[in-house]
Amino acid sequence: MKKITALTLACSLALGLFLSGCAMEESTSGSMSFTAGSGSTAGNNSSSTTGSKREVNVCSWGEYIDESLIDKFEQETGIKVNYNTAPSNEELYSLLQSGGVNYDVIVPSDYMIARLISEDMLQPLDYSKIPNYEKIDEQYKGLSFDPNNEYTVPYTWGTLGIIYNTTMVDEPITSWEVMFSDEYAGNILLIDNSRDAFGMALYYLGYDVNTTDEAQIREAAQLVADAKARGVYDGQGMDEVFQIMEGGNLAIATYYAGDFLSMHENNPDLAFCVPEEGSNWFVDAMCILKSAKNVDEAHEWINFIASTESNLANMDYIWYASPNAEALEQYPAYYEETYGEPLDQELYEIMAAPKDVLARCSMYENLPAETLALYNDLWIELGI
Amino acid sequence: MKNKIAWLSAPYVLWMALVVVAPIIMVVFYAFTTAEGLAQWGEIPITEIFTLDNFARMGTYTVIFARSFQLALVATIVCLLLGYPLAYVMAKEGPGFQRMAMVLIMLPMWVNFLLRTYAWMAILENNGILNNFFEAIGLFDLINRIFGTDLTYFRMIRTQGAVVLGMVYNYLPFMVLPIYSVIIKLDHSLLEAARDLGANSAQVFRKVIFPLSLPGVLSGVTMVFVPSVSTFAISRMLGGNNQMLLGNLIEQQFLGGAYNPYLGSAIALVMMIIVIVCMVVMNHFGEGEEQAVML
Repeated sequence: MKKITALTLACSLALGLFLSGCAMEESTSGSMSFTAGSGSTAGNNSSSTTGSKREVNVCSWGEYIDESLIDKFEQETGIKVNYNTAPSNEELYSLLQSGGVNYDVIVPSDYMIARLISEDMLQPLDYSKIPNYEKIDEQYKGLSFDPNNEYTVPYTWGTLGIIYNTTMVDEPITSWEVMFSDEYAGNILLIDNSRDAFGMALYYLGYDVNTTDEAQIREAAQLVADAKARGVYDGQGMDEVFQIMEGGNLAIATYYAGDFLSMHENNPDLAFCVPEEGSNWFVDAMCILKSAKNVDEAHEWINFIASTESNLANMDYIWYASPNAEALEQYPAYYEETYGEPLDQELYEIMAAPKDVLARCSMYENLPAETLALYNDLWIELGI
Repeated sequence: MKNKIAWLSAPYVLWMALVVVAPIIMVVFYAFTTAEGLAQWGEIPITEIFTLDNFARMGTYTVIFARSFQLALVATIVCLLLGYPLAYVMAKEGPGFQRMAMVLIMLPMWVNFLLRTYAWMAILENNGILNNFFEAIGLFDLINRIFGTDLTYFRMIRTQGAVVLGMVYNYLPFMVLPIYSVIIKLDHSLLEAARDLGANSAQVFRKVIFPLSLPGVLSGVTMVFVPSVSTFAISRMLGGNNQMLLGNLIEQQFLGGAYNPYLGSAIALVMMIIVIVCMVVMNHFGEGEEQAVML
């Protein structure tokens, strides 16, 4: 009896460890951080009061920086970078809410920046310490999320669109209609977040993507729900899209331009379109949290990343367009020099959408809490 | 004597208090509050801060509860059907076989859970390893010729079947090991006595071995069922997130657009209570036998 009890206890302990392991893995990089450079994560909590050891805590997205830039920054400045990643704006938000992290610099997207500003979680930047801010194209300044340019330095920008496998569809795709029709039923991946999924329906219906009109949002959600009920979507996914599209497992998916270019490197049969009804264009920007402890170091980091050199390296690595006017202009030449072949103009225009494409796109704005709750309820209904 | 070493358990007790009891208290607290209520802390009577609002919304989610418990139950039954015979055979074979089998069971667990599940994605995809294999051996051609269909792949990934497969694959060792440990310790003289008294092999198994191994079965069932009912990575990666499971529903409350840890906690709490009730009911089946410590 005793032995069985002991055994069971041991097993449950093992299971507990296993489960906690899973829980950590399941939340993916959300709570698990890796520290770039040689230092220890313990440094995360030590404040910069001693002044002897300078550091900066950065939280960005996965695969969203040329990591050699981190080493370069550390060598140039002697500031240690604790580089962390979060999987999505929403997870970043809940990490910040739970209070278990102390980041200095974060790189959220437009609508989340607006939310963080409205909740007083960001601090105004001292632009005199960020001379490279001048190089940011005017087009990406004064946008709705930070109209007076007080809190942000843009990091990248891009568009949302339809990725399709040219060998699996009959003709080029130009409209959101394909996401709701039966033509390729069972061969489509639905993007797995409510804002983008209902957003494409709102664009298709010709409504404002930032509408707070409940009837319009319900109509859009219904469109998605009907399509799902008819079996138009084989499944829903975010990061899974890479494996699915690169492997030619499904014909059509909705995702971001920069990630399309990464997929295209591995499967040249893939094509991208920004639908004619319009789509989302987004800006991710660097901000400093109000709770930041290493404010000076944070400014230095932001200035370093905003430089033309860093932007070129980043663009080449992550395939997201740079808001730095010089870098964006120089990139085709940089590409040719690095790889010895010219950059495909078509791919360049997918990365950095030209003005006429951007003209039909719009930015997500922060929605009021009731609307967010409605999105959430409708999204769960979709999963029931 | 016993009391003198009781302090040795202090670190563990502290650990449990920190990482088990405290979080549960937080979950319960959140479950009975809302953001609006807490914002008025100190302004309204404390009894009004605590509310059942979160639970009132639970009716909508009945389908998700039912689906999660159903899939977890199927996975548990499959694990039991696969795991019991394996554990039984292992316990009856020689030590060499046992060591070998043990290594084979444990080996996959040395690989990260997510990696293993990613591997299954590559295997089950429409254009994946398994479908390519079927293609190569001409299976689709054969089927198409016989049935006049135009099949080019079997739809395996992004189905409920794939979710159950993922659960079974990941949690099967937790079924095998406890059963094996119980069977291997069975008193051989009991089996001999049963035979002496005229029982045939089937009867020995049914009347002696199986009842005596019930504690192991109950432990195994718990260890497979509980993680299965709350998983969200498996349904996301193998199930294509087509139909929400409880884990996804809770995740959505914490990590979705509308940050609502209050509702998320309430759902988690209801889930825990249902699981506990299931376990208590199940323990009754084992009554009269040596009982495994549940939960």
